Amino acid sequence: MELKTDLTLDAKGLACPMPIVKTKKTMKDIEAGQVLEIQATDKGSKADLEAWAKSAGHQYLGTIEEGDVLKHYVRKSSGEEEQEKKHPNVVNNEDLDALRKNDDVLVLDVREAAEYAFEHIPEATSIPLGELEERTDELDHTKNVYIVCRTGSRSDLAAQKLTEKGFENVYNVVPGMSEWNGETTKL
Amino acid sequence: MTVKNMTVKEITNKVLNNEELFLFDVRTEDAYQDWKIEGENFSYLNVPYFDLLDGVEEIVGQLPRDKEIAVVCAKGGSSQMVAEMLVEEGFENVYSVEGGMKAWSEHLEPVKVNDLKDGGELYQFVRIGKGCLSYMVVSNGEAAIIDSTRMTDVYVDFAKELGVKITNVFDTHLHADHISGGRKIAEQTGATYWLPPEDAGEVTFDYQPLRDGDHVTVGNTNIDIHALYSPGHTKGSTSFVVDDQYLMTGDILFIDSIGRPDLAGKADDWVMDLRETLYTRYKELSDDLIVLPAHFMIMDELNEDGTVAEKLGTLFEKNHGLNIDDQEEFRKMVTENLPPQPNAYQEIRETNMGKISPDNEEQREMEIGPNRCAVR
Repeated sequence: MELKTDLTLDAKGLACPMPIVKTKKTMKDIEAGQVLEIQATDKGSKADLEAWAKSAGHQYLGTIEEGDVLKHYVRKSSGEEEQEKKHPNVVNNEDLDALRKNDDVLVLDVREAAEYAFEHIPEATSIPLGELEERTDELDHTKNVYIVCRTGSRSDLAAQKLTEKGFENVYNVVPGMSEWNGETTKL
Repeated sequence: MTVKNMTVKEITNKVLNNEELFLFDVRTEDAYQDWKIEGENFSYLNVPYFDLLDGVEEIVGQLPRDKEIAVVCAKGGSSQMVAEMLVEEGFENVYSVEGGMKAWSEHLEPVKVNDLKDGGELYQFVRIGKGCLSYMVVSNGEAAIIDSTRMTDVYVDFAKELGVKITNVFDTHLHADHISGGRKIAEQTGATYWLPPEDAGEVTFDYQPLRDGDHVTVGNTNIDIHALYSPGHTKGSTSFVVDDQYLMTGDILFIDSIGRPDLAGKADDWVMDLRETLYTRYKELSDDLIVLPAHFMIMDELNEDGTVAEKLGTLFEKNHGLNIDDQEEFRKMVTENLPPQPNAYQEIRETNMGKISPDNEEQREMEIGPNRCAVR
């Protein structure tokens, strides 16, 4: 499976501690909120990377095994939790869980492709925030659009954007996937 | 900059001699909590190596300047890096544990238990990092191996050094916590591989069925290995009386605990077998037999000379698992509140049956972690 990321690091053939040393360095080269794919062959890299990301405040998304290669996905910490939310129409996770299956509802997940890949609401459509501008046409104007991200910040920006574009029934789901207790699936 | 290495053999000696050592474990907290190098006089600090990439300044205050410090990680790479940083900070007695916990898990320390009659010898191989015990009975140019680990070279080389030929290989039962090297040694040396048939129902290879009352002779001086059917940990679990002096109990009876009956999913079926073996069959044996188990769980079970061995009579006095009069209480103890099952025990059983053939690296991963074959 190919997941769209912002940068790929080749750490294949390297033994511990090098995969983490290189990952730490490479994280400096990407923007906050972007996703790095790390390809490694050291089996121990999974547990270490997960623990390292947690300790460094980054978001470990998951690992895909392809033959001998482990593809790890990490999203750089963004401090998005502190951002002020501006879109007026807000619902909480429970509200969305109750109506996500309705015909007039469109669940839009604006997290990065790799975040979506490892865990998302079954009904959710994926369009990362960065691609929303050019992909607005893919969305049905007539639906009630419920936008989710991890903590409610990117979805707030997305909700503002869709409102600007003339969507009338747009809701920001807060807090979003970080505390989602309902059903989920993965790619 | 080069850093001094410490081998797992050297650490083993420190454990056995109750020496002091400061272990700086740089694996993740989870890995450290699950399993670490244990020593009576060891002290510890755990900080993952990836929290030290920017420097060790913040933690040097927690390390002693006047003691030997051994830095350990999973395989030896990260400990090397951290040890180098400590040397740069002016620490002098810093070592990186060569091969890390992988090497620790695989190290076998041969300890001589005693001489046998007619010039024979009995060795116990202490796998100190994992708590597994295996044995070599040597007599007059021949050797038998009991409950071999997958590090088969150690036994083959040891036999070569002694100038003896391995003729018989035994497993007391189908192991669930470690991968047996029995079949491999037998194939390599032409020795006969014995297994209790009740445990071998699903195996995919040929073996010699080992039955209650069988006698196998090692060397021509009659070191007798007498099979004693003792079900409970597994259906087929079999003990051996060696040279009329030693009782190899497999995973049925340990020094400070007893076997658990649940690793093949049959706790309720086997609990009464276990009781029968411990409270009736073993009771009929001589109190003077020296019990040699297939595991130890805690360092307290090691004797001063590094062996794990105790008289059966002493165990009947002191081992809690042999002193529960009430059957119901016994049933509860061995079926409820059991410790977590060993890592990958199902895959390990399938490997030992010959059903799957993982490569060396996978076998190593499957065996990671502490031993959990006992209930106390």
